[in-house]
Amino acid sequence: MSWADLNLMPALPEIFLLTALSVILVLDLFLSDAKRGITYGLTLLTLLGCAVLTLTTWVPYPETTFSGMFVDDPVSDLAKIGLYIAVAVTLVYTRQYADNHGIFKGEYYTLTLFSLLGMMVMVSSSHFLTLYIGLELLSLALYALIALKRDSTPALEAAMKYFVLGALASGMLLYGMSMLYGATGSLFLVEVANDIASGQANSMLVVFGIVFVVAGLAFKLGAVPFHMWVPDVYHGSPTAITLMIGAAPKIAAMVFVWRILAQGLGAAVADWQMMLVVLAVLSMALGNITAIAQTNLKRMFAYSTVSHMGFLLVGILAGTEAGYTAALFYILVYVLMSLAGFGILLLLSRAGFDCETLDDLKGLNQKNSWYALLMLFAMFSMAGIPPLAGFYAKFAVLKAAVDVGLVWLAVVGVVFSLVGAFYYLRVVKCMYFDEPNDEPVPAARPDMKLVLSLNAVALLVLGVVPDSLLTLCVDAMKQSLSVVAGA
Amino acid sequence: MLTLTHYLVLGAILFAISVLGILLNRKNVIVLLMAIELMLLAVNYNFIAFSKYLSDTGGQIFVFFILTVAAAESAIGLAIMVGLFRNLRTISVEDLGSLKG
Repeated sequence: MSWADLNLMPALPEIFLLTALSVILVLDLFLSDAKRGITYGLTLLTLLGCAVLTLTTWVPYPETTFSGMFVDDPVSDLAKIGLYIAVAVTLVYTRQYADNHGIFKGEYYTLTLFSLLGMMVMVSSSHFLTLYIGLELLSLALYALIALKRDSTPALEAAMKYFVLGALASGMLLYGMSMLYGATGSLFLVEVANDIASGQANSMLVVFGIVFVVAGLAFKLGAVPFHMWVPDVYHGSPTAITLMIGAAPKIAAMVFVWRILAQGLGAAVADWQMMLVVLAVLSMALGNITAIAQTNLKRMFAYSTVSHMGFLLVGILAGTEAGYTAALFYILVYVLMSLAGFGILLLLSRAGFDCETLDDLKGLNQKNSWYALLMLFAMFSMAGIPPLAGFYAKFAVLKAAVDVGLVWLAVVGVVFSLVGAFYYLRVVKCMYFDEPNDEPVPAARPDMKLVLSLNAVALLVLGVVPDSLLTLCVDAMKQSLSVVAGA
Repeated sequence: MLTLTHYLVLGAILFAISVLGILLNRKNVIVLLMAIELMLLAVNYNFIAFSKYLSDTGGQIFVFFILTVAAAESAIGLAIMVGLFRNLRTISVEDLGSLKG
């Protein structure tokens, strides 16, 4: 292979991001605290630049580079656009909060961009090594982000817990990967898939590898019984960082799981399907039931995340193209919902006060009915009440399960989403029917109000006309999978 | 004569020790960091054994990357630990109990 064969175009957004982030890293050293807004502006511009590059290099078929270790297919492009939007919205929402809570620093923005780079590598990997490097780039940046508030004991404790359990998860994943490597003799997902499909692989080592890989992935997603870090990390982190952990990385995690299970281990679907069924049922049950007992909204959202990951797994475990498409649609909608939900919490927080308990939302409707309505959209959507986007997302994953004959699983899903509706509706009841407390509603930046309104209204629009986003997901999944099957 | 199985069993034993070290350890955060390192080394051991067995260098190259990431990971782990010590004046795992639920 000569240098002329090296085509780096598929990795252009990543290369641009790395360059821009190095520039921001150095430039930020020369800025005084008063001018930190420049770092913020440059970060948003970088995201815009990445989006433009991703859209201009969008082709309806997979392209590989770095000797086939890095792939740029429509699913990764769609996921990357989702990531840019999620990270940009997170930064807009957290601008004021960061200022008020002493984390409005250059590191906040550079670490965020590093984690974004990790996520982009994760969604574009076609080799175990790139998958691992992307995952670690994301995780290491997140550990540091949580610990950014150095004088807060809960934040440091959350960072330590996340660090230890995250490292344990990476270890399990790697151990599984080493087994799959031993069974198939290759680290490329495509070759692993071919070896398993043709029966050349050592089937005992494959099963052994799958057990560890699924356990590692479940840890990263936060599925029961590997969920114990989720509530503590969500609760202990500053709300801004909770949103950073709870939004964009979920998209990356979903595509990561899809790459390993569908593209790498698709032929062994019978081996991992039952494991995912157990994880999904436990997550939906425990997540929804435990969330009822929470009065802290961040903890409640954490358990609700666990249950949503259960629904996501229902889509993936179907093992069909429709199932993967439903899971992709689900995660994009889920990220919009959690952005809106946490956005309201960030909006109502001010210096020295974090809006994070149920009581803090009491009577919000009488204080500001527009904010209450936006929160209502987010809650109804998470509960899966039509006509909001969450309903259609849940419907799609459950339908995928029914199509492969897992009717009982769909019934379980419906039952637990009804249980879950209780605590989402309790938030709504709190806002609309309880006496207001005397906490004033802080003034918000106009850009945040605008984006938050658009975000919550998008949930309604996507619920009424889900076709546009759904078509994107269907096409991306079809174009990305068809070539793998033929390879 | 050492076969592949011997190497895999040793790797599995090291891995099991490190997982137990993480889950059972109640004393000290530094021991946790050591257990995490040991886990990554167990994985490396597996990769090298398979790489030799398969006559494929991919596994050995993977090991270099794992070693590098492990170094970065322990740097962050130690930094978080120093931060904890400055706030709590202790690094005992038992004292990390403010977030329970």
